[in-house]
Amino acid sequence: MKLHLKIWRQPGKDHPGKLEMYDLDGLNPDMSFLEMMDVLNDRLTREGKEPVAFEHDCREGICGSCAMAINGEPHGPNDGATTCQVYLRSFKDGETLTVEPWRARAFPVLKDLVTDRSAFDRIMQAGGFISVNTGQAPDANAMPIGKETAEQAFDAAHCIGCGACVAACRNGSAMLFVAAKVSHLGLLPQGQPERKQRVRRMVEAMDAAGFGNCSNQYACEAVCPKEISADLIARMNRDYALSLVPKL
Amino acid sequence: MKLDARVPAGPLADKWKNFKASVRLVSPANKRKYEVIVVGTGLAGASAAASLAELGYRVKAFCFHDSPRRAHSIAAQGGINAAKNYQNDGDSVRRLFYDTIKGGDFRSREANVYRLAEVSVNIIDQCVAQGVPFAREYGGMLTNRSFGGAQVSRTFYARGATGQQLLLGAYSALSRQIGQGRVQMFPRHEMLDLVVADGKAQGIVTRNLVNGELKAHAADAVLLCTGGYGNAYYLSTYARGSNATAIWRAHRRGALFANPCFTQIHPTCIPVSGEYQSKLTLMSESLRNDGRCWVPKHAGDRRPAGLIPEEERDYFLERIYPSYGNLAPRDIASRAAKRVCDEGRGVGKSGLGVYLDFSEAIGRLGQKTVQERYANLFDMYHEITGESAYEAPMRIFPAVHYTMGGLWVDYHLMSNLPGLFVLGEANFSDHGANRLGASALMQGLADGYFVIPYTLGDYLSQQKPSGPRNAAETEAFWAATEDVQNRIRKLLEVRGGRPVSEFHRQLGKILWDQCGMSRTRKGLEQGIEQIRQLRKEFWEDLNVPGSGEDLNQSLEKAGRVADFLELGELMCRDALERDESCGCHFREEHQTAEGECARKDDSFAQVAAWEYSGEGKAAVRHVEPLKYEEVSLATRSYK
Repeated sequence: MKLHLKIWRQPGKDHPGKLEMYDLDGLNPDMSFLEMMDVLNDRLTREGKEPVAFEHDCREGICGSCAMAINGEPHGPNDGATTCQVYLRSFKDGETLTVEPWRARAFPVLKDLVTDRSAFDRIMQAGGFISVNTGQAPDANAMPIGKETAEQAFDAAHCIGCGACVAACRNGSAMLFVAAKVSHLGLLPQGQPERKQRVRRMVEAMDAAGFGNCSNQYACEAVCPKEISADLIARMNRDYALSLVPKL
Repeated sequence: MKLDARVPAGPLADKWKNFKASVRLVSPANKRKYEVIVVGTGLAGASAAASLAELGYRVKAFCFHDSPRRAHSIAAQGGINAAKNYQNDGDSVRRLFYDTIKGGDFRSREANVYRLAEVSVNIIDQCVAQGVPFAREYGGMLTNRSFGGAQVSRTFYARGATGQQLLLGAYSALSRQIGQGRVQMFPRHEMLDLVVADGKAQGIVTRNLVNGELKAHAADAVLLCTGGYGNAYYLSTYARGSNATAIWRAHRRGALFANPCFTQIHPTCIPVSGEYQSKLTLMSESLRNDGRCWVPKHAGDRRPAGLIPEEERDYFLERIYPSYGNLAPRDIASRAAKRVCDEGRGVGKSGLGVYLDFSEAIGRLGQKTVQERYANLFDMYHEITGESAYEAPMRIFPAVHYTMGGLWVDYHLMSNLPGLFVLGEANFSDHGANRLGASALMQGLADGYFVIPYTLGDYLSQQKPSGPRNAAETEAFWAATEDVQNRIRKLLEVRGGRPVSEFHRQLGKILWDQCGMSRTRKGLEQGIEQIRQLRKEFWEDLNVPGSGEDLNQSLEKAGRVADFLELGELMCRDALERDESCGCHFREEHQTAEGECARKDDSFAQVAAWEYSGEGKAAVRHVEPLKYEEVSLATRSYK
């Protein structure tokens, strides 16, 4: 099959970028989108041109590295899938696709399709943990946790930190990402002692990193490759509000 | 060279306890004077960096990813073993130890494996305390599943994303230390050399992957936690970035490389679909709890699975290994699959595949239960192949998945270079010639959380904390940085015609054909020749566009493939010299009448540890004899 690609090229952080057109022919519909990018890059290399820089690693939808907006949609057209899980059979022969990096104030472009998502790490460093040193843990079965609670915590903990939620949001908000971690730890009994300070610190770090606010459009939920529910944002907001109430 | 594994004296079950009781310590006030470098932030690296920082050491952690959370431990699906015996089914530390030794076909070090089994129980406790959402029963207790090579249920899991949840646990512990300023984190930094001075590892040279800046970092100890080298085969279940550069560079600086030919080929992966393929996707071993492997009884039977009647199906694992059935260990299951495909009974377009069938489980448990257990794996299979495994059996084929070989370490996890420690998949120590399922996560976290905090202190207590460096040491840092600089220049200056991926793919094919599931003397000799030729072509015809001063992914790949091209030859050499069959290492010359591995314990119950002896020169093989005090060397049988 044949595809026309308009790909964002930007040599570096402080350089202007633009869309460049590439035509690819002889593609196999069973190829993954990133394998198509490999084919393009090998061709560019043979032509003596610089290949397109893009991030990818596990290529099975779990590491959260890959991050491309295809025709404006973070991670492309498939529900519950990352860019690396998109296969060419999802597109029509001869289609034109625009491929861009995440667009968000807090994720500056480093080169072509590569952005700097270190703001997520800073939010995690502010409070995305349970403070337990190695060796301090009681027996794992000492504290029963209901199956349903464990499942809900898993659903939230499944976030891969790719940043699609931010890229999809018109405000560039990271609230789904933060809410996922706040909920994962806040749902579990182990997470209770630090529940208030955790949410406060993470929200402060989120604001400091330049992410916007939530205006309930649910675009984040729609693009999330792990289909994390935007309901968690309400949960986080409640926890945050409670964390500001002084102890009675 | 005499290899001293420094295994403590005393009965096996008391060794670790005695070691901990007598280990030399660094006082809390002195710990902050020592600087420790941790390279890699997967399970081993993140857990080590966090635990050491908690103790008070100053830690610098490095990863080539944009965030420490991306390390490939994240992709482990099925689970983590621990001898908790929560199921009351007869498990114990001793049994986990024995299963692991036996699973490794008696080619691992007894004392290390026993310790691994011993601390496995602490890992689960630690992870639960961090908030890892393991699967639970309705009553709130942790649940378990079975994995290959064991007759008890001891595998803890979090749906099909156990590695992700464990890594995020370690990552959160690491993040806490970074936030508190106890760990200095360097993401997007790749280690390109080890600095050795006065016979000790004293630091590393890194390249900043965004702006190309080279920098030397000094430390009192260096921990390599950089994973395995299975990407030498190009197609594997590894992440695309996984590489051997850190351990290979350390090897070139004097660290011994042990058992490089021990590579695990995992039986259940999605088969290759075309030439463009960039990676292979694993379907977790846990699927073999409920899935049944079969092929048609008659060669050339091309009917769709549904049209082949029951009596014309060969459930080959159940037939050959009745007591373990579909849960036979990985090396054995892979070879069995290869054998039936070689007989012309393989399925799918290429004939390189066997069925993994869930229809019996769906009938027995209902689709809902099967969905609950494996939904994400079935979804993944559907995404990749466009087929539903609820309706027709999955097609699977073996693929490279893990490397048991790695840098040689002693009981302290220290390499032969003082100050250089190697943790997790990057070392060789615990899995012998074959790793059992759900043991990689266990080893990574055992090394990082519970072993290195003790053994590192023992080493550092004998070292003066880093002060001003002497001239010779300073010179070593300069020299290493210059070597790295020259190598980058060399890669950029070839300016030939072929992209690096082409060389990598060719290397992979050579290794898969000659040093894969089945090996022969002739094939290995041929493989070595082919790799030498390919390496020559690489340095004549490689094309790396762009410069060394900015983000250049072609350059990153080229450096890694250049190292694989050297390591690949050593893998073949090792396979050639190990003139026996054991575990994953199946030499066709040495097999039983039934086509199983024929070990030669008299001559090869040993670790082969290779010493680098210079560019273009043959590496030297040293030997650590494996002494078994507690177990008797038995012929592995899963029948």
